[in-house]
Amino acid sequence: MKPRQKRLMYILVGVAGLAIAVGLVLFALKNNVSLYFTPTQVMNKEAPQGRSFRIGGLVEVGSVQRQADGLTVHFNITDMVKTMPVVYKGILPDLFKEGKGVVAQGKMEADGLMHAEEVLAKHDENYMPPEAADAIKRAQEASAATEAVDAIKPAAKTK
Amino acid sequence: MAINWFKYSAPSTFYGLAGKLVPFFAIPAAVLFAIGMYIGFFVAPVDAVQGEAYRIIFIHVPASILSMFLYLIMAGYAALGLIFNTRLSSMMATALAPTGALFAFISLWTGALWGKPMWGAWWVWDARLTSELILLFLYFGFIALHASIDDPRRADRAAALLAIVGSVNVPIIYFSVKWWNTLHQGSTIKFTGTSMHIAMQQAMFVTLLACWMYAVAVALVRVRSIILDRERTTQWVSELKEIA
Repeated sequence: MKPRQKRLMYILVGVAGLAIAVGLVLFALKNNVSLYFTPTQVMNKEAPQGRSFRIGGLVEVGSVQRQADGLTVHFNITDMVKTMPVVYKGILPDLFKEGKGVVAQGKMEADGLMHAEEVLAKHDENYMPPEAADAIKRAQEASAATEAVDAIKPAAKTK
Repeated sequence: MAINWFKYSAPSTFYGLAGKLVPFFAIPAAVLFAIGMYIGFFVAPVDAVQGEAYRIIFIHVPASILSMFLYLIMAGYAALGLIFNTRLSSMMATALAPTGALFAFISLWTGALWGKPMWGAWWVWDARLTSELILLFLYFGFIALHASIDDPRRADRAAALLAIVGSVNVPIIYFSVKWWNTLHQGSTIKFTGTSMHIAMQQAMFVTLLACWMYAVAVALVRVRSIILDRERTTQWVSELKEIA
């Protein structure tokens, strides 16, 4: 083998080995790399107990309730399988909306509620003018079945 | 007559060629950028969810794509230099690094500006953002390592190794939104198609092309300076019109 072929071999083998090693490390750290837990994971006690963590999913439609003080908000985060009740005191991001993505950081308290310190809105990768969005909405309302399918879609995508 | 494919792999011949090529990339870059910005601001419709603020995508996405592609090209050149001992490849790798770092920085900066009004946070330690930050540090590391070794050929070899090792990070950035739960949304441009209004797509592709042209033009200008610097003791440099 010529020296340059040897060097090529070293580099190819080295990069392949490194890629496998990094892949294995990241796979092992899967839960630590992910930004948030899903409600299903929290219910299965995969989330840390007694300390702060993040939970992500969709804001359940019809679950948002504002208290009289105007700052405290109760809502449920759902992944269409399990649902987590959350309470948050503070200003919500503009994109916070029922049926849209959300990531909340906080602690589970004894009252069974997640007390969030921070609520972030998560938007999807679709960009369209309002007319197109309205057309999609009307089409969805026309058929309840398609609505159910579409509501699950964003949750499935984030996996 | 056989074509000599390796004619322009010599710094002395590539120096002239690079100089002639620069305007063919610099001018389209400026024109395309103007067109892209025009479509982005005046033709593309407002977004249903994010309003006007989404328009930062027309610089954020091209910058992010370029920061990743330029890294792979830089690592590719660095590897060529390492394997075949070709000086010009290593010089090209060195020439690309600052532009790549610039695009990585723009990507992070515009991302932060976009994240605050939309997500509600300038920064989160999610997989996409963190791996892009690592990419910026890899660029810095490459530039710093190369600058810290006096002998240019030794510097080339050391920095090449860093660049090659770091290339593992690029697929991690790209697939991060697929593999893990992230706050960052999934890819809008996929191999299967784009989930975007047509005028928005046009604005994005035109600015992407403009960024490509800019990157090539700047890399060519920079590689000419690097060639002059490294070959300053040679006969051909002292015979150049612009030197004498």
